[in-house]
Amino acid sequence: MAELLLEIFSEEIPARMQAKAESDLGAALEKALGEAGLSWSALETASGPRRLTVFVDGLTERSADVKEERKGPKVGAPDKAIEGFLRSAGLSDISQAEVRSDPKKGDFYVAVIETPGRDAKDIIAEAVPAIIRGFHWPKSMRWGKGELRWVRPLQRITCVLDGQIVPFDVDGLASGNETEGHRVHGRGPYTVTSRKDYEAQLGGAGHVKLTRDERRQVILEGIEKVCAEAGLEWIEDKGLLEEVVGLAEWPVVVLGNMDPDFLALPPEVIQLSMRTHQKYFAVNDKKTGKLAPNFIVVANIDAADGGKKLAEGNSRVLSARLDDARFFWDLDKAKPLEEMAEKLSTIAFKNLGSVRDKVERVAALARELAPKVGADPDLAERAARLAKADLVSEMVGEFPELQGMMGRYYALEAGEPAAVADAIRDHYKPQGPSDSVPTNSVGIAVALADKLDTLVGFWAIDEKPTGSKDPFALRRAALGVVRILLENAVRLPLRSDFLRAASITNYLLSRETERKAYIEAHRELLSLYRDGQISERTFYEVSGPLAVKYPVAENDWFSQVEFVHEDLLSFFADRLKQYLRDQGQRHDLIDAVFALGEDDLVLITRRVEALGAFLDTEDGANLLAGYKRAANILRAEEKKGELPEDLSVNAGLIAKGPAEEQALAKALTEVQAAIEGPLEAEDFTGAMAELARLRGPVDAFFEAVMVNDDDAAVRANRLALLTQIRDTLHRVADFSRIDG
Amino acid sequence: MTAPEAKSKPKSFQDIILRLQNYWAKQGCAILQPYDMEVGAGTLHPATVLRALGPKEWRAAYVQPSRRPKDARYGENPNRLGHYYQYQVILKPNPANLQDLYLESLYEIGIDPTVHDIRFVEDDWENPTVGAWGLGWEVWCDGMEVSQYTYFQQVGGLDVFPVSGELTYGLERLAMYVFGVDNVYDLPFNDPGSDVPLTYGDVFLENEKQQSAFNFEHSDVEMLKRWFADCENQSNALREAGKPLPAYDYALKASHTFNLIDARGAISPTERQAYIARVRDLARGAAAQWAEQEEARAGA
Repeated sequence: MAELLLEIFSEEIPARMQAKAESDLGAALEKALGEAGLSWSALETASGPRRLTVFVDGLTERSADVKEERKGPKVGAPDKAIEGFLRSAGLSDISQAEVRSDPKKGDFYVAVIETPGRDAKDIIAEAVPAIIRGFHWPKSMRWGKGELRWVRPLQRITCVLDGQIVPFDVDGLASGNETEGHRVHGRGPYTVTSRKDYEAQLGGAGHVKLTRDERRQVILEGIEKVCAEAGLEWIEDKGLLEEVVGLAEWPVVVLGNMDPDFLALPPEVIQLSMRTHQKYFAVNDKKTGKLAPNFIVVANIDAADGGKKLAEGNSRVLSARLDDARFFWDLDKAKPLEEMAEKLSTIAFKNLGSVRDKVERVAALARELAPKVGADPDLAERAARLAKADLVSEMVGEFPELQGMMGRYYALEAGEPAAVADAIRDHYKPQGPSDSVPTNSVGIAVALADKLDTLVGFWAIDEKPTGSKDPFALRRAALGVVRILLENAVRLPLRSDFLRAASITNYLLSRETERKAYIEAHRELLSLYRDGQISERTFYEVSGPLAVKYPVAENDWFSQVEFVHEDLLSFFADRLKQYLRDQGQRHDLIDAVFALGEDDLVLITRRVEALGAFLDTEDGANLLAGYKRAANILRAEEKKGELPEDLSVNAGLIAKGPAEEQALAKALTEVQAAIEGPLEAEDFTGAMAELARLRGPVDAFFEAVMVNDDDAAVRANRLALLTQIRDTLHRVADFSRIDG
Repeated sequence: MTAPEAKSKPKSFQDIILRLQNYWAKQGCAILQPYDMEVGAGTLHPATVLRALGPKEWRAAYVQPSRRPKDARYGENPNRLGHYYQYQVILKPNPANLQDLYLESLYEIGIDPTVHDIRFVEDDWENPTVGAWGLGWEVWCDGMEVSQYTYFQQVGGLDVFPVSGELTYGLERLAMYVFGVDNVYDLPFNDPGSDVPLTYGDVFLENEKQQSAFNFEHSDVEMLKRWFADCENQSNALREAGKPLPAYDYALKASHTFNLIDARGAISPTERQAYIARVRDLARGAAAQWAEQEEARAGA
């Protein structure tokens, strides 16, 4: 059993690419060794700013001999067939093939191809260069005079098998047994013979923490230590942690100071400045729980002065950054939000007018929605008008992540009501599955209006998500609508209300009218030009700008409006199903309720929940079985074409029938009346409790009564009873879609 | 290899430049003088953009004044200037130890690697105007970006071979760092102990003020638009005449003229895009023609 050490050493690998490259390299080596017939007991990987490493332990020293038999043509087959066989089997003469006999087919040739096993060393020497040449990086480059591509120039390939170099060459770079350590603390080079040796030398004199885990741990311990000493609390930031894990070979945590005057800036601005530009962690003061005038930087050296100079340097850089931020903050505060909102007219919103046009539509829709979500219409409209203004602020220009957040601050500075300010911040919510939904009613109105405007608009211009592509995050927007409605129990029947009434629809319709007028105008211009009444130049000058505004290829929206709404509704339905499934609801129950055509998401959810609970009861399960039986009989009749169209129960016939039939008819009449009240009151549990009363009569009916009576009238009457069972249950859900 | 060591601290802004000049001269670079035209970045000097193309080897280093009219701040911002210096190094092909050579240049100007944290942070460089891009890093010293380090992959929209390594030092920023100065105008331009000590402000403050006024208030936009058109025509004519070097000069003139027009905020976003596209066509055209000629000369 052998041990292999492979290290690919390069100039600094972008932090975001290291982890994936590490696992890709491990997988590629596994595949290559496995395909070559080697086996091993353990394969481990490591990665860092300048290296990818693979350790293989318990590697077989040689692959096994392989004997393969290949069947050929019959003895005496035409020359051509024999020649083809020799070629494919790699034989030079037919005498090298064996002759086998088969009782049915007679004598035929067989080539026995023996491939001897190969030394692991040879296999590796072939595999590694191929892996390097074929390696996939998100972005790769060439350097010097070579043609090889790697993420940054490749400096060394260390490849050692049981202490011996595995010799190979990749575009002039020869494999070796030397590696390098930290540039300042222990560059080396180090000659390495084994994993143990490699780890000891690099981890010791080399000052390299080899694995991500090691570095993460060192950083976390360092953070804990400096925080404990200074009475601070780390503001956890896993994303940034993973990034800095890839930025230092020898991470050393250093605490820096910041001028406390900067704390007058919004904490989000300070944190983002630290994070985005400088990759610093922010910390809270343990006593106040508020941002402290400090930062944590993870350096790549154990500085001779204990980190004093580098902390000062970093602090100065942060000051310059925060000076910029303060400049933006002051500039923005001096500008009324309305003025910023005006400027939105210069930003296009896809092909749906400017962002300012969108704001107008959202404001109208938010006003309309306000009473339905318990918000003050004036506040909702106001918040919507200001919601996007910060997009043209200096601060959001610098930190797009702060959209909404800055708007809230600027609104508060300007004395807007808190509900308006909060709505500005919250209207982008939820920004992902882990984000919360807005809960303030004004925020709900604006968030819904904004998302609906986008969704209807993008559906109209046919920018729907396809497959895995959803560049405008429309799935997230629709799921956001679903969550806002459900989590706030907002009752808004989608079909009847908000799509049709949406100002976006009016906008699109009016534009469609304009577009038609344009096409008309274009035709006239064209004929004027053809008649020589206007010059070509005039034609283009007049027609050109219009053509840009109203591309002819645009959908004929007017005729599609119904279709767009229905298509979008089913998109919402899919999001709701996904949401309910994630909540643990059975998808067949969701389908069963959906089939009713309900468009109030809150009611759909309540029905699904009540239905699930009902089916878990014995009555529910049995009633479902009875339903299925009735439905099957009806379906069979339908198939035969023998189900009369107009089935109604003849009370006279029932009275002459068996007691069970009479009991069922009576129960149906009673239950049909009894469920109306609860259904009206949206008490689905209550309605289902009434339905449960059908279970006994239905069971007894099927037990005692024969539907297929010889008397056609009796038979039709019984079929009518069955349709009543079905229709009554369908008042709650389409039971045919329920499994079981 | 021994642990790296820093040299003594430089005395002045010009001392940093002189040390870099000497250091890169020792590495076999031709020490060139600044290009005598207004450019927005040291990369645009033909010694970088054009020499990166074609098969011939090349090593050069130079200071290049960079003019960015929009960044001018009337001398009131401690970090931003409409006119500043870049130190530019190009090595073609890049030597295998370019990172080491670069780090040594930092030690040469007094940055002590045992107390300062020097990092190579991913940054892919791109200059669409000349159709150039490359991979490399921003180099950070204690969190401050002190250089841009790039391996050119394409210039003028063409793959380059051999690959050049390009280093751009932001001289003022680097000097502010080395001297621990928070305002650029406070930098010692020459030796503070000399008979006539001069600060960066003594040399450039008034220039920043007047040039800012020109950039934002006094430039004649109509005239600049005419100039732009003239430069464009001249550049195209030169290219048609098979003279990519002067054609490139006129592309640079057009580019700077556009930057002046842009600083006045005198054009709409659509117009702006159109201007950028026109400059790009000129610069790329000249670069492509130069590359063709270099290949032909190397082949002959």
